[in-house]
Amino acid sequence: MSKLVAHMRLIAGALALAFMVAISAPVSAQQPSSVNPTADAVKEQQLLQQLKAIQGRGTIPDVKSYTIEHPAGREWQQFHNVTLRWIGGIAILGMLALLLIFYLWRGMVMIKSGRSGRKIVRFNAFERFVHWMTATCFIILAISGLNITFGRPLFAATVGSEAFTTWSEWAKYAHNYLSFPFTIGVVLIFLMWIGGNIPNSIDVEWFKRGGGIVGDDHPPAYRFNGGQKAIYWIVVLGGAGVAITGYVLMFPFYGTGIDSMQYAQMIHAVVAMLFVAAMLGHIYIGTIGMEGAFEAMGEGTVDINWAKEHHSLWLEDEMGRNPKGARAQPAE
Amino acid sequence: MARMKFLCDADRCIECNACVTACKNEHEVPWGINRRRVVTLNDGKPGERSVSMACMHCTDAPCAAVCPVNCFYTTADAVVLHSKDLCIGCGYCFYACPFGAPQYPKVGNFGSRGKMDKCTFCAGGPEADNSKEEFEKYGANRLAEGKLPLCAEMCSTKSLLAGDSDVIAQIYKERVSKRGYGSGAWGWQTAYKETIAT
Repeated sequence: MSKLVAHMRLIAGALALAFMVAISAPVSAQQPSSVNPTADAVKEQQLLQQLKAIQGRGTIPDVKSYTIEHPAGREWQQFHNVTLRWIGGIAILGMLALLLIFYLWRGMVMIKSGRSGRKIVRFNAFERFVHWMTATCFIILAISGLNITFGRPLFAATVGSEAFTTWSEWAKYAHNYLSFPFTIGVVLIFLMWIGGNIPNSIDVEWFKRGGGIVGDDHPPAYRFNGGQKAIYWIVVLGGAGVAITGYVLMFPFYGTGIDSMQYAQMIHAVVAMLFVAAMLGHIYIGTIGMEGAFEAMGEGTVDINWAKEHHSLWLEDEMGRNPKGARAQPAE
Repeated sequence: MARMKFLCDADRCIECNACVTACKNEHEVPWGINRRRVVTLNDGKPGERSVSMACMHCTDAPCAAVCPVNCFYTTADAVVLHSKDLCIGCGYCFYACPFGAPQYPKVGNFGSRGKMDKCTFCAGGPEADNSKEEFEKYGANRLAEGKLPLCAEMCSTKSLLAGDSDVIAQIYKERVSKRGYGSGAWGWQTAYKETIAT
């Protein structure tokens, strides 16, 4: 009996050994010649696909430096060098072309009934001061800003690197510092003219009748007509847009990251381009586009006949308030 | 001519920061400016990895493309350098750079930036090689002396390689085939639109 047990134990042992050898053979064959200790470590392409940027932990105080790779910079480059130049070029040159064509077709809008020689105050000294402070800042900001986008391809080679850098550095300082009076001007414009610039049904009628610009019609208007209200809101909203994004750019990385800085620049530039185009239209209508318009902001007074044709309801109000004829002035 | 590049073998980087220190010392880079830094991904977790990063001297460098005053130039060795005399400190190169390389000394109030500073691949700037002016603005010009960037030369594990693209790529490929694994040349696809198969 014990002999049989010993025999069976031997057979079982042999079988077990054979089995172990059998299964161990493929295992040793599968064993790689080396081990990759970093097999489950992060991979570059995987991180870029998932997160669009590779960030980690650094040992210097500058947290921006913890981002080691951010390929979106290339997309911002495409915007800055191609898209923005198209947007700006089309908006500004397109507006100039439109104004030129319009001027050749329509010419200056004259005071139909001629000048009466009597004048009425339209903008007081404070209003004119605010307008011209904002306007002066705007023109310098526009030129120095356009220089950043168009200066290099247009002038850098012609004037030479040194001269172009000197000019651009001054333009940058002007752009930064004049932003403050410009912003104050936009805030004051918003506050002092908001009363007359709420859109209403008269504006709809005004636009339907071509605003007196397209045809020979003279639709009634209060102090500000539909077109002027549009300019007002372009200045207020556009001004707010460029001011907010501009200060984000002026205080880089104060609570913003690289993405928000890029977006701030993109919004700032696009709004500014459209703003410049709109202001070209405003300058046109205030100067060569219409007889008697410039003096409203120049000397502050307009001819009674001009007011009658362009702002009939406002003139009635003013006359009603001061029946002697507002501040009638003798003809010069 | 050579096509100079950096290659950080991330499987070897031990985050000792010797490259950072070597760079700061060699070029006497001022406080607050870091031309090179080491960043650790997944810090303290399984799969942690460290990468040393500086200006990658890109092909068609985005910084040079967006610079409003055209202050960048590329040397015959394909090193991207810039002129601090022309830089106006607008900060656009930082927005365009995929590697966060441009640095600006803080001058004056608010966020006003001084002249941009970045890794020169130890190749100085537009001034005469190894002149006093060049050193003060850009640091040492080791390339002009026939030496490679100090960060890579000092790297204790030879993780960071600097030199001609073909040479360092070959070294890296041999390493990868010998040890059997590699995580690729970090940043190469973004910087040069080519990578090293591993």
